[in-house]
Amino acid sequence: MPKTLYDKIWDAHVVHQDTDGTCLLYIDRHLVHEVTSPQAFEGLRMAGRKVRAPDKTIAVPDHNVPTTPDREHGIENPESRIQVEALDRNARESGVHYYPVNDVRQGIVHIVGPEQGWTLPGMTVVCGDSHTATHGAFGALAHGIGTSEVEHVLATQTLIQQKSKNMKVEITGSLPPGVTAKDITLSVIGATGTAGGTGYVIEYCGQAIRELSMEGRMTVCNMAIEGGARAGLIAPDEKTFQYVMGRPHAPKGAQWDAALAWWKTLYSDDDAQWDKVITLRAEDIAPVVTWGTSPEDVLPITAHVPEPDSFTGGKTGAARRALAYMGLEAGQKLTDIEIDTVFIGSCTNGRIEDLRAAAEVLKGRKIAVKRAMIVPGSGLVRAQAEEEGLAQIFMDAGFEWRLAGCSMCLAMNPDQLAPGERCAATSNRNFEGRQGRGGRTHLMSPAMAAAAAITGRLTDVRDLVGEPA
Amino acid sequence: MEKFTTLTGVAAPMPLVNIDTDMIIPKQFLKTIKRSGLGVNLFDEMRYDDDGQEIPDFVLNQPAYRSAQILVAGENFGCGSSREHAPWALLDFGIRCVISTSFADIFYSNCFKNGILPIVLPQEQVDALMQDATKGENARIAVDLESQTVTGADGAVFAFQVDPFKKHCLLNGLDDIGLSLEKVASIDSFEAQAAQARPWV
Ligand code: SF4
Repeated sequence: MPKTLYDKIWDAHVVHQDTDGTCLLYIDRHLVHEVTSPQAFEGLRMAGRKVRAPDKTIAVPDHNVPTTPDREHGIENPESRIQVEALDRNARESGVHYYPVNDVRQGIVHIVGPEQGWTLPGMTVVCGDSHTATHGAFGALAHGIGTSEVEHVLATQTLIQQKSKNMKVEITGSLPPGVTAKDITLSVIGATGTAGGTGYVIEYCGQAIRELSMEGRMTVCNMAIEGGARAGLIAPDEKTFQYVMGRPHAPKGAQWDAALAWWKTLYSDDDAQWDKVITLRAEDIAPVVTWGTSPEDVLPITAHVPEPDSFTGGKTGAARRALAYMGLEAGQKLTDIEIDTVFIGSCTNGRIEDLRAAAEVLKGRKIAVKRAMIVPGSGLVRAQAEEEGLAQIFMDAGFEWRLAGCSMCLAMNPDQLAPGERCAATSNRNFEGRQGRGGRTHLMSPAMAAAAAITGRLTDVRDLVGEPA
Repeated sequence: MEKFTTLTGVAAPMPLVNIDTDMIIPKQFLKTIKRSGLGVNLFDEMRYDDDGQEIPDFVLNQPAYRSAQILVAGENFGCGSSREHAPWALLDFGIRCVISTSFADIFYSNCFKNGILPIVLPQEQVDALMQDATKGENARIAVDLESQTVTGADGAVFAFQVDPFKKHCLLNGLDDIGLSLEKVASIDSFEAQAAQARPWV
């Protein structure tokens, strides 16, 4: 029977199947961070259980950590400190692989995993974090899980799962200049809605996806969850193998050859069955921004703020509420919206390629916003950006150059918006209060965020770099 | 985990669509290392003003709904992050059942791990229950997991679907780690086989 990529990975990991289809799925990699794990380790201790496979478990603090240089002297906020200390203790006691705050390899868990070669094609990967979908860029089946499931995986190295449906999202053709992976993933959500992927695993394919770098593919899969899908997948290819090769925990020698032989079988068969197919033309995708408080509230930068009455169903009320929260008027040009703050970073867009894209726009220019910060996704991304001279470009432009962490993506550390402060952000969620109580978030690509920093308002990056619009 | 069998109580109406986990429990309350005590901060930013005073208009601040055990909500409830703090906060407040036309996946499965029953019903039925819910204490909704039914205030009965395994665990308050560990022999043999087939993992 023809199989999808999802079917193939699933079948290779079924430990046990019940008559009703509920499966016990083996987990190859378990990533752990400080916010969703303390109660799981505590539960384990209370039940007298142990971490079954510490060698397949990787822990790194990211959500709470300050990103200012003084963090080497400790975390000031007592609750954050307690949570990071709890991870420290749990990681060391259980003997899992651990990257503490002051390790240069520390960073956002979804950036560290691939960077260190923990994430490999064909694996099952879980983390107590919804953006685990990121790892799907390698052709790994990667789910976000809750804390009870974190405890379940720690204890059993398995997860109780029922199979999802298969959705194919094909992006045909090539992206126009100035349009990036972020615009693809936001446009898909704009087309399907935030619940469109619920119950599905999405496989992204088509020429535009093939043409993306691994960094770009991670950006696309990262936001599968914003489309409602628990996992996004991209079939591995030469680019994937090249990216993985030589990473600290990637296979070497004969094991590499064996792995590669299997990885090359990981694609959806031509005649595989899909429960749903969505096709977008890359030529039709423009640089987009969000205007509201849901990631589906997305429009090309050339558009105007919509009329709430133009929506149907429950959406009219939601749109009205969103405009009030965002302080916007229906009909306003998106490019007239003034920005106070720019945040470039997060597991969506905190990789080296994202910083290069921002630097290209910022080179030789100065910011026109109150504050702007770049938060690299990991200590190694930061080091590389410094080596390439990007950090200097950012600082010359007026950006703060921070240490790695989640930072203003969810504002659990001191990096927060004030009420009413408006931010151009490269992260993945524009929910009410996400970046700080009353803060207003517009999601976009790193190049678009950099353009907004230069002009002080939402801006079409194509105008700024002189590309044909 | 506390069992869920039947529940009859006041339902609070929340007709908003896309109620996300940041609304249910904002991130500043995720710094706890415990599961309990989150109820006072449930829907914190909608429930309290900048000075920490209750906003009287918010549904759970109204006298009729202060001890609601059921929420009736708009589509795609619980979207956003995987934080189990969302069901923990609902439970700590006293909510044992949420009714909507759809739920986000991770939130949905997190509910079952915490003795909360999420019920999916078609739009017209959710609308009818939403209507009941607006009547506050004058309209109680009854939920029976065994028979998989919701009974509205006027006696209308709606059947709902639930996965048999999840239902079994909820009815009996079972810890599924214990259940999975009963299969430890299968896990051991899978691991041994996988170590041969994919030694690089
Ligand atoms: S960067 Fe943002 S989305 Fe990514 S893991 Fe951190 S908080 Fe979550």
